Amino acid sequence: MLAELWSNPAVQTLTWALVKVLIILHAMLGVVSYLIFAERKICGHIQARVGPNRVGPFGLLQPIADVLKLLFKEEFIPAGANKVVFHIAPILAVFPAIVTFSVIPMGPPPMFVVTDINVGLLLFLAMSSLGVYGITLGGWASNNKYALLGGLRSSAQMISYELAMGLSTIPVLLASSTMSLVGIVQAQAGAYKVGTIAGFDLFLPNWGIFHWYLVLPFVIFLITAFAETNRAPFDLPEAEGELVAGFHTEYSSMKWALFFLGEYMNMLVISAIAITLFLGGYHGPGLGIGGGGFWDPGPAWMGLVWFMVKLGAFMFFFIWVRWTYPRLRYDQLMNFGWKVLLPAAIVNVLLAGVWIFLKGPRA
Amino acid sequence: MIPLFLGFAAMLVITSLMVVLHKNPVTSALFLVLSFSSLAGIYLLLHAEFLGMVQIVVYAGAIMVLFLFVIMYLNLQHDVETGVQIAVRRGIGWLAGAVLLLAGATLLRRGWALGPANEMLPDEASGNVAAIGKVLYSRYLFPFEITSILLLVAMIGVIIIAKGRARSAGETT
Amino acid sequence: MIPLNWLIALSAIVFCIGVVGVLVRRNALVIFMSVELMLNAANLAFVSFASHMKSLDGQVFVFFVMTVAAAEVAIGLAIIVHLFRLRETVFVDEIHLLKG
Repeated sequence: MLAELWSNPAVQTLTWALVKVLIILHAMLGVVSYLIFAERKICGHIQARVGPNRVGPFGLLQPIADVLKLLFKEEFIPAGANKVVFHIAPILAVFPAIVTFSVIPMGPPPMFVVTDINVGLLLFLAMSSLGVYGITLGGWASNNKYALLGGLRSSAQMISYELAMGLSTIPVLLASSTMSLVGIVQAQAGAYKVGTIAGFDLFLPNWGIFHWYLVLPFVIFLITAFAETNRAPFDLPEAEGELVAGFHTEYSSMKWALFFLGEYMNMLVISAIAITLFLGGYHGPGLGIGGGGFWDPGPAWMGLVWFMVKLGAFMFFFIWVRWTYPRLRYDQLMNFGWKVLLPAAIVNVLLAGVWIFLKGPRA
Repeated sequence: MIPLFLGFAAMLVITSLMVVLHKNPVTSALFLVLSFSSLAGIYLLLHAEFLGMVQIVVYAGAIMVLFLFVIMYLNLQHDVETGVQIAVRRGIGWLAGAVLLLAGATLLRRGWALGPANEMLPDEASGNVAAIGKVLYSRYLFPFEITSILLLVAMIGVIIIAKGRARSAGETT
Repeated sequence: MIPLNWLIALSAIVFCIGVVGVLVRRNALVIFMSVELMLNAANLAFVSFASHMKSLDGQVFVFFVMTVAAAEVAIGLAIIVHLFRLRETVFVDEIHLLKG
């Protein structure tokens, strides 16, 4: 009976997709908890001190201690809070980020991507639009002035920067002529000739940022990524010391942990998307492994390795920026989003469109 | 495919009902977000992927956020709905909805037309007016009657608005 | 292939629920939400016809309907906010200055 169920190709695809989803979910949850630990270590070193190093060798068991502490904390719901919304707000904060992972290619398809829908980029934009709800509803449902202020500030910030983010991905679309993320990565394969210096041909990988018209969109995307994930220097909604604790003032124990997890998951997902759109996704030199030249793409799992390396670099960049720059004030933030980033993104769409029309996407 | 569609359809109908029935406007708005998402799911099943995603981006992600902003800004509490007048109006509202649904069900059963389909035009001898009359009163009877109700409503509205104020204008604010 | 009758019946049901919402509720915001429900029911009808007649005209029209609905919601909510500032209420039966 199992054999004839397995012979149905739909059942096969579904089972493989479920297996991949489970793997990604567990892996990402593990990565996120150690990401929090990495942040504290790096923050410590930036501030000329050592981060947590008591629990376990080099403090490596710190996340486990944190999780145990959070599990045992008392969980209370403020009086007058809307109970249903209070409970589902943290879930809403985490869910869009996890859903986006299903369309990101972490290695050469078809094995390393859960599903390849032909509007993958639009799914990412849709999920980032849904990400506004968790924080707004969390702030509102707490029946607390500071939480409400933090929630409303955060949603205003997120919807303002969402526009610039969407517009900054349009040159990528123009260059690769497809909205499917797998297609976008595959359009960044290989290398293209940039010029000749002293008789030597100069090649650059075909990644997004090595085309001049995608450099500014990359910068805009990075800045809006910081704003979308409420990370410094755009973290006024959760500003410690300014708004008590912002939108998660009234949340304790696992619900707060879910918000925190959601923020780091969002960070991971936006970095993954930035890598997919601008940094060539899973492409990288095969380093001669598995036969073939140094620059030829190696076996399929090398793609996964390169993706993880780039993701790690991005995470380090996120953490680095957080502990280096001061916070933006709210009006400076909104000013920047609407008056600087949005016109820049629009102008870039124009320039990229004209260039691609005249010269084609690989020039 | 069909069970998936039935699931989305059930969720759409149930969440729409909850939008209309629930007293707290914030909960209504959240149920509306859910119904938009199930509608996006139906669009995906109908091979309209772009529209499904745009539905989530525009409706669930932007329009409903606007709604929630306004509801939070106005600090609306539960709707208080008591009083005989309100109950009467509510009864009439449900009755109107039931009548509309019944009309829709009748049309559905009859294949969306009353009367047989006219495959070819009637012979030239009877003329255009007779031909249109034949079609209008058999196949397209329902839209014809609905149009007459529409005109009646417009007439009543015009009469009321044009009548002017019967009492003197006392309230000025 | 999902039968066209079912899709149109679903669209009709959601439309009727929207109509009931507009007639029954007093809160202007909920009435507005019911209007959005009606618009979406019409969108569903468009998309189901587009999928059954294998033509994309229905989907293009839905695109424009969504744009117009977004603009309409923005302006309508601005009007409601302004009305709230003047009248301190969002209940439509308490705003009867123009009543004859």
